[in-house]
Amino acid sequence: MAFALRKPGVLPGFGITLGFTVFYLGFILLIPIAGLLLYTAQMSWDDFWRAVSDRQVVASYKLSFGASLIAALINLVFGALVAWVLVRYEFFGKRVVDALVDLPFAMPTAVAGIALVTLYASTGWVGQYLDIYGIRIAYTQLGVIVALTYIGLPFVVRTVQPVLEDLDREVEEASAIMGASRLTTIRRVILPALIPALLTGFALAFARAVGEYGSVIFISGNLPFRTEITPLLIVAKAEQFDYPGAAAIGTVMLIAAFVLLLIINGLQWWASRRYR
Amino acid sequence: MNTTASTIDAVTPAAHAETAATWRRATEEPAWLRRLLIAIALIFLSLFLLLPLSVVLYSAFEQGLRVWAEAITEPDAAAAIRLTLLVVAIVVPINLVFGVVAAWAIAKFEFRGKSILITLIDLPFAISPVVVGLIFVILLGSQGWLGPWLAEHDVRIIFAVPGILLVIAFGTLPFVARELIPLMQQQGKEEEESSLTLGANGWQTFWRVTLPNIKWGLLYGVILCNARAMGEFGAVAVVSGRIRGETNTMPLHIEVLYNEYMFTAAFAVSSLLAGLAIVTIAAKSLIEWRDQRIRHHGQS
Repeated sequence: MAFALRKPGVLPGFGITLGFTVFYLGFILLIPIAGLLLYTAQMSWDDFWRAVSDRQVVASYKLSFGASLIAALINLVFGALVAWVLVRYEFFGKRVVDALVDLPFAMPTAVAGIALVTLYASTGWVGQYLDIYGIRIAYTQLGVIVALTYIGLPFVVRTVQPVLEDLDREVEEASAIMGASRLTTIRRVILPALIPALLTGFALAFARAVGEYGSVIFISGNLPFRTEITPLLIVAKAEQFDYPGAAAIGTVMLIAAFVLLLIINGLQWWASRRYR
Repeated sequence: MNTTASTIDAVTPAAHAETAATWRRATEEPAWLRRLLIAIALIFLSLFLLLPLSVVLYSAFEQGLRVWAEAITEPDAAAAIRLTLLVVAIVVPINLVFGVVAAWAIAKFEFRGKSILITLIDLPFAISPVVVGLIFVILLGSQGWLGPWLAEHDVRIIFAVPGILLVIAFGTLPFVARELIPLMQQQGKEEEESSLTLGANGWQTFWRVTLPNIKWGLLYGVILCNARAMGEFGAVAVVSGRIRGETNTMPLHIEVLYNEYMFTAAFAVSSLLAGLAIVTIAAKSLIEWRDQRIRHHGQS
């Protein structure tokens, strides 16, 4: 064999399983994605630039990326706290709470969307109390942040939790014996060990939030220039058969997704080296 | 806490109390701080997880069981439920087979470009559902690449059921594969190799050796794949055309009802999907709990 694709072994089925995998990925994934990129590549640069730098579109980027960033930061802080509480403390109903963290993964986004707007509208269970203080969440940019926080909630918890479970308690004891206060131990011993996991969870939550559609569109109210997220504009343009406009913005989102995926892979590679 | 108690059992009571106190101060937070952190975490999770779930169930049953039952059996709702079940019945088995096949190739063999293949399998998680829908509209829609050819041959994909199947297949492609790849990599291939050496053929080895080893991970992957397939919204919103009774899946039907201010009906249909979500996370917890017990028994 001049060209050995794989190392020899006795297990059968390599050719057919790899062949099917590549064929299926090509058919469902790669050809359609290439179709979008080629479609955009056919546009003239001026048309492309006009479509992606339109004022309304730029306003939507600011909202989508800005709100995703804030939501991911909220999840970074509270996700770390939830992971800490679930790993280190005992309290009634802990198992149920632990299971419930996955709810945003399992709950259809449209259901989450109408639930959140009902809850946070000025007549809702939570919204009516916030309304007293003049805080409005539904149909404002705050609503977008609330929805994106909901959708990204499990990521930081689920990336930090296993690392915290495996963390050697003896290191903390050693730190304490050597005279460090609890705060110093947390800041100088525990936190550095968690950083790769925290960043991975943060990046995953951010990436998910940037592309999110279903849970946001109900609570945001979709006011042009104010509460319109980028995915909504793509849907709107596709519905008006403005395929070039939709494809141009879609390509921007696709490239953002690729970049985020690369960053996440890099972070996970860093984390796996760190924790092994 | 048990270990601290046992290590200092031999010490005199006074020293015992003192040591225990300093010990606690050294590697644990004081009780008031612990309670405060637990309280903050629970308030945060209530606001974002428990209350949205409760509001769905409360609003669905607010006007009684009869209204709820009528809302989910009304013809358009029934059509949406039937379509969703049809989609799941087609897409989940396809992605189940894909997941097992891809995991076999990736976990049991060493070859070039493996990490690229794994990244490609993860790709659908990174792409916005809306962009997924757009991709297929550009490829197959009336003004897309293959649109004119499809129209000539009278094949409808976009704004019809095949388009819905395609976008959901794309969106749920990673679930089974992602559960199985790490599991099968961890299990290695010694058992399969022994089975083959003892004279079993490839199929027998797969059914009798590999499948029993991966069945729980496989089940979990299928449950997740199913939940996402039933709940997929953004991508379907782009390709379905929202034709009532024809191309509305359950999430799209919920959107239509909500936008028509039929809130009780919207929440009634939502309650079915929320129930599915609860079953999904309950199944996940059970499978994990079982895993932990097995690992515990294996160690002792």
